[in-house]
Amino acid sequence: MSDQKDEKKTNRRDFLFTATAAAGAVGVGAAVWPLVDQMNPDASVKALASTEVDVSSMQPGQSLTVLWRGKPVFIKRRTDDEIKKARAVDINDLKHPEKDEDRAKNPEWLVMLGICTHLGCVPLTDKGDYDGWFCPCHGSHYDTSGRIRKGPAPTNMEIPKYEFVNTNTIKIG
Amino acid sequence: MSDHEYTPSSKFGKWFNDRLPLLTLANHLTDYPTPKNLNYWWTFGGILTFCLITQIVTGLVLAMHYIAHADMAFSSVEHIMRDVNYGWLLRYVHANGASMFFLAVYIHIFRSLFYGSYKSPREIIWILGIIIYLLMMAAAFMGYVLPWGQMSFWGATVITNLFSAIPLVGESITTWLWGGYSVDNPTLTRFFTLHYLIPFLILGLVVLHIWALHVPGNNNPVGIDIKKPSKDTVPFHPYIVIKDAFALLMFCIVFALFVFYQPNILGHADNYIEADPLVTPAHIVPEWYLLPFYAILRSVPDKLMGVVAMLSAILILAALPWLDTSKVRSAVFRPLFRQFYWILVADVLILGYVGAMPAEGLYLLIARVATAYYFAHFLIILPVLGWKEKTTPLPLSITEPVLGGSPNLAAARNDEKIEKTIK
Repeated sequence: MSDQKDEKKTNRRDFLFTATAAAGAVGVGAAVWPLVDQMNPDASVKALASTEVDVSSMQPGQSLTVLWRGKPVFIKRRTDDEIKKARAVDINDLKHPEKDEDRAKNPEWLVMLGICTHLGCVPLTDKGDYDGWFCPCHGSHYDTSGRIRKGPAPTNMEIPKYEFVNTNTIKIG
Repeated sequence: MSDHEYTPSSKFGKWFNDRLPLLTLANHLTDYPTPKNLNYWWTFGGILTFCLITQIVTGLVLAMHYIAHADMAFSSVEHIMRDVNYGWLLRYVHANGASMFFLAVYIHIFRSLFYGSYKSPREIIWILGIIIYLLMMAAAFMGYVLPWGQMSFWGATVITNLFSAIPLVGESITTWLWGGYSVDNPTLTRFFTLHYLIPFLILGLVVLHIWALHVPGNNNPVGIDIKKPSKDTVPFHPYIVIKDAFALLMFCIVFALFVFYQPNILGHADNYIEADPLVTPAHIVPEWYLLPFYAILRSVPDKLMGVVAMLSAILILAALPWLDTSKVRSAVFRPLFRQFYWILVADVLILGYVGAMPAEGLYLLIARVATAYYFAHFLIILPVLGWKEKTTPLPLSITEPVLGGSPNLAAARNDEKIEKTIK
């Protein structure tokens, strides 16, 4: 063997060490992943992905809260006044600019997740400075389109995927 | 450390100790030289050990009756309260025990802050303590979720939603924590498992905390290095054991007052209403021991920055040994630091108070000022103070200020100031 005291030369043993460590890391990763992924939503949770709601008895101005995937969903049949208010806003003034036309395809019906985007509380309906929703936890005010107008919440209340199955039934999810 | 060789007196003891030196360990723990001037603020380590054991023992038996399921958890807790023999006592001890644990840990932490116990060579003890404190908060939070009352559910919702503030992956992390799209049964079962696990992690860290303590030995109210063993020390047993035992007795009286006379005063009435995902209580408040951090969270108007500020408020403590630049440990010899110390205590109490109040108007303003001061204390005041402050002279030994002399030869030096105080 030659003297290699000061020279750091990559030899076959270094290659073996690196290859072993790399193979080991892949193995550990593969073993850990099931332990991590088991915490994600399971098949039974995902199976509850859609809910149908009968809205035939709702009058303008009324709102309904239904549970979808364990979360409250607000269904609001808006009055003409509320629609006008929501559509009159200049979207450049908004913290999270979204047109009411995009949030409520059918202007009479607003369907959205009843969850404050700050820390997940359920806002109170027909309350707050903008006559929409008000979150009692940390004081976020939403307008009649569920858009954040004042307070700590970063975004508008989310619009879930939904469709009118017929004129009386909304399918959420 | 007493590093003298220890030989058990009995033949069997010798045989056993040669194979597993448990008797040597026991001997180290009894003989362990302790500064003779330790005051009652030093008894909270023992009290905390008692608290941990109380929580583990009561928690173990409660788990024999509790059912971790969203449909049954609430009624199983009522079943414990009404049907299980002494169930009311066990649950009240466990629930109030958490508060007592935090009361003791806050005194323990503020003791270290006053006497500079976090400084070299005790940084590792301090950092282990901060990790224990973080785990305590995690355990307390998850434990509070288990009865599945309104405050449990909405507290869990708000706290887990903190993770959604993380950019890009926040939502996925929150879903992963929940095991669904909201706090629900999968969340409850995993919180129960983790709530059961964490105390044993804490127990392991406590062993390391004490081990790390036994390397340099205890700090003391004077905060100077002392020779061990010497005339400045006494053996742990019986001197410290009896003092700790007396303090523990006093502590247990306070504990018992809560358990037997005001078992619900530290809780929230809302938690006696079963969890309802459709109704948020009008005013969500965490348990009292988390209020200062909650106030910091709410004082920042931005969601992500609020979470960052809250976490930094805890993590900044881990950097404390390097932020405090003063070489003098004890506040007794730091006239300026002493004043700032009491301002910090007041600041934390104010944060706790505004944390319990609605986040609006004057309360919000006070919370913002108090939050700014909290960070200023650690990031500006402490580093500058260590370098500007004129400290008063340190004694050469613990006995010197009392007896005028010192068992250490180096202490034979005459110090006029001390002589004066003696006369």
